[in-house]
Amino acid sequence: MAELPLTPFVPMDALGHLPETPSQTAGPYVHIGLIPHQAGLEVFANALGHAMVGPETQGARIRIEGRVFDGLGDPCRDVLVEIWQADAAGHYDNAAFRGWGRTGTDFETGMYAFDTIKPGRVPGRHGRPMAPHVSVWIVSRGMNIGLSTRMYFPDEVEANAVDPVLSLIEPSRRLTMVARQDGPATYVFDIRLQGPGETVFLDI
Amino acid sequence: MPGTQPFEFYQRDRSQQPPAFTPDYKSTTLRSPRLALWSLQGSLSETTGPVFGHEELGPLDHDLILNYAKGGEPVGERTIVHGRVLDENARPVPGALIEIWQANAGGRYRHRNDTYIAPVDPNFGGCGRMITDAEGYYCFRTVKPGAYPFRNYVNSWRPAHIHFSLSGSGFAQRLITQMYFEGDPLIPHDAILNTIPDAAARQRLVAKLDLRHAIPLDSLCYRFDIVLRGRRSTVFETGL
Repeated sequence: MAELPLTPFVPMDALGHLPETPSQTAGPYVHIGLIPHQAGLEVFANALGHAMVGPETQGARIRIEGRVFDGLGDPCRDVLVEIWQADAAGHYDNAAFRGWGRTGTDFETGMYAFDTIKPGRVPGRHGRPMAPHVSVWIVSRGMNIGLSTRMYFPDEVEANAVDPVLSLIEPSRRLTMVARQDGPATYVFDIRLQGPGETVFLDI
Repeated sequence: MPGTQPFEFYQRDRSQQPPAFTPDYKSTTLRSPRLALWSLQGSLSETTGPVFGHEELGPLDHDLILNYAKGGEPVGERTIVHGRVLDENARPVPGALIEIWQANAGGRYRHRNDTYIAPVDPNFGGCGRMITDAEGYYCFRTVKPGAYPFRNYVNSWRPAHIHFSLSGSGFAQRLITQMYFEGDPLIPHDAILNTIPDAAARQRLVAKLDLRHAIPLDSLCYRFDIVLRGRRSTVFETGL
């Protein structure tokens, strides 16, 4: 701890608030800082966000995978993907399951993948339950600020129909937030940055 | 956050942020959504986020001079970068995870996709991480990164910069940015810094020389404070 003067580096407004620091692109070398093990860089003993599930984690094991496509439909092979999700009971404060993962899209194939558990239903605003979902945040070269969306599950038709967030969105675009099932425990969630089928991105 | 109801964040002030599509930074052309973002009131999915413990990090994780040293130390200006993480309410953010990455003193990244002719430094990895203390304070030791060219226009150069990633107490606070060095003549020419439309906002990414905290005969020092989104908490909140 250093003795730093309290005078803020950032000028306060008339009410004493500070403006949020502006975002900048994560750039093409984001792997060095956030997933160094994936870049072949051995610096840290512990790869944060790499393994989401341990032997004691309760819940149905699933894999979430997909690609991120640019405006020409080409897969982006340098994207960092983070997810945040509840545990199988729909709780975010489980000490045995952090619920946070991060990875990069593959340098060759553009695929990303998370081995995790299926989240439960989380209470939404005013106690209205939300359908099981995973919050997704992506950054990369060419993105000035991180993009947020949610992934919903295709086998939760009834819960999805009454989800307070999905139901806000035009039916024609809603499906961009619903993964595709590929086998009993694999969900494919492709993200389209631009153009036909552009994913719904959220200002959260 | 067991037992507490996390409050919602203030709406993000997009006037302080770069838009998705900024033609002078060409890589945004195909990677920028063209439809409006859907504005979402906060729920637990946005107001909560991962919590990290100091014990998860190693003792040298915040020291880029030593954390990749292979029998020697990296070349370059020995530099301390420190400051505070605050929120929009001007309160310190304790327990925030800060991760940084940067080029070496010659402007070269240790990365398979960096083909710049400047050499890789055998003693420099280029990444560090730290968790803020109870006062929101953080401190890294590194070497000052070099400027380097990038393929935007033929003669585009990045000013010296360090990438910062921040994770606060809620997933909606997640932020990635870049820190620049006071006095760098490349700053006004940078297509990436210039994606931020507001000139005062751009200046907040320029760290100030902090000579008082330089270590005499050892390391220079720069101060860089970071502001994450703040939470609304009047007594009339209806709750999530």
